Amino acid sequence: MAMATQQKILLLDDDEKMLDLYQELLKQLPSKPEVHVSNSGARAIALLESEPFTLLITDLRMPKMDGLQVLAIVRRKFPHLRIIVLTGVLDEEYRSRAYAQGVEMFWQKPASSEEIKLFQDCIESLLDRETRNEGGFRGMQSKSLVDLIQLECLSRSSSVLHVTQGALHGKIWVQNGEIIDSATANFTAEEAFKEILSWKSGNFEILPADLNRARAINNSYQGLLLDSAQALDEWRGQQVGAEKSGAGGASASSSLLSPLTRFEGVEFVLTLPIDERGPSDSWALENVPQVGAWARTAHRRLAELGEKLHVGALAQVTGTGLQGHWALARDEKKGLLCVGFRRTLPADKVDQTMKHVFTKWVS
Amino acid sequence: MGFLSHFNEAPKPELKRLPSGTFTIDADCRIVSSTVPGWVPEAQVRDIGQQVLAVFQGARNANLPFSELIVQYAAFKITAREMRGGAIIFLSPRAPQIAAMH
Repeated sequence: MAMATQQKILLLDDDEKMLDLYQELLKQLPSKPEVHVSNSGARAIALLESEPFTLLITDLRMPKMDGLQVLAIVRRKFPHLRIIVLTGVLDEEYRSRAYAQGVEMFWQKPASSEEIKLFQDCIESLLDRETRNEGGFRGMQSKSLVDLIQLECLSRSSSVLHVTQGALHGKIWVQNGEIIDSATANFTAEEAFKEILSWKSGNFEILPADLNRARAINNSYQGLLLDSAQALDEWRGQQVGAEKSGAGGASASSSLLSPLTRFEGVEFVLTLPIDERGPSDSWALENVPQVGAWARTAHRRLAELGEKLHVGALAQVTGTGLQGHWALARDEKKGLLCVGFRRTLPADKVDQTMKHVFTKWVS
Repeated sequence: MGFLSHFNEAPKPELKRLPSGTFTIDADCRIVSSTVPGWVPEAQVRDIGQQVLAVFQGARNANLPFSELIVQYAAFKITAREMRGGAIIFLSPRAPQIAAMH
């Protein structure tokens, strides 16, 4: 009798022999997944539409619809599906494009028994993670960032934690179980640590220790975690207070958007919900309907262009000029964010500032 | 380990590369000059130009004028500068950004 938690894998490759071989290898996994195969992108998509799968393993080079085209479609239609690329293509560009489409791993087709074992272990580990349905930061293991920091410190490790959330990057230097420094694009030391802790989700990797790193944080890791938790609580309290004190209409909207306006150079803010019939929020913008309609149209056009080109998700659109600058970014749950910047803000700072405003908005 | 020979793939069709290079278009979206490789379909280049010009035009109508547009996709970047109603457009495939901090 099949177990209720049995995982389903879909293998996509145009080479029937490879399909047979991988199917055999995957069936040997301890979790005994159900393995389905497809020799074309179109059939794979049809299978994905007909029943739920845990994991798609796909080749890149295939006739008619290549793997990158399949990735673009699958990522849009099945955003939660885990995807692994297994290919003989070793070009860095394709690797980058595959990762840009949100694949979990990019594997060169194994060429030795050791590599096959490693591949099987990786798949098993990923399926196991899915069975346990763990959220949190995704790196070598699924852990919350606080857990990970505590583990590193309690085990008196020396390492560098590299944490990413979308386009934002941060590093935390740990030496003999003490946090000695931290850095993000705009902050250093404790401020950077607090910023990283404010990211709700993301990815991490553990890099080798940097023993030459000078100490810039003298607080204990327990103190740092407490301070960060307190700062987050205070900020959330302010958000709730703002929602409760707002009398509705423009003043409520302004209060909710006001944290976004504190970034350097912000001139106006406009948020547009996913549902086009829903109300927009704005701060310091006069022609809301015109800018709103343009922002939606421009973002949709450029996102469609990206889909046609198979270049991954549209991350950000920025316009700079003598009269001012603006930037557009979209969150799948919250909608579209359009921010205007003063012309005095250097054009090269618009991009980075927008990333911070966007992160604040989505978190 | 004879079965490992199956891992040596036979030649397969090449994957499509992303367009790269620079081109200029006039206000009617005609391509005036281009360094985009010949294997990139002209219709695709013109499509990119049309979308860019539409964004410039829409922004002017919304009273949000600007002169340079940067469109960042996960694996691709389009940079466009307005030129007398037309535009010069730079296309550059890119790798996801890796942190280079300190």
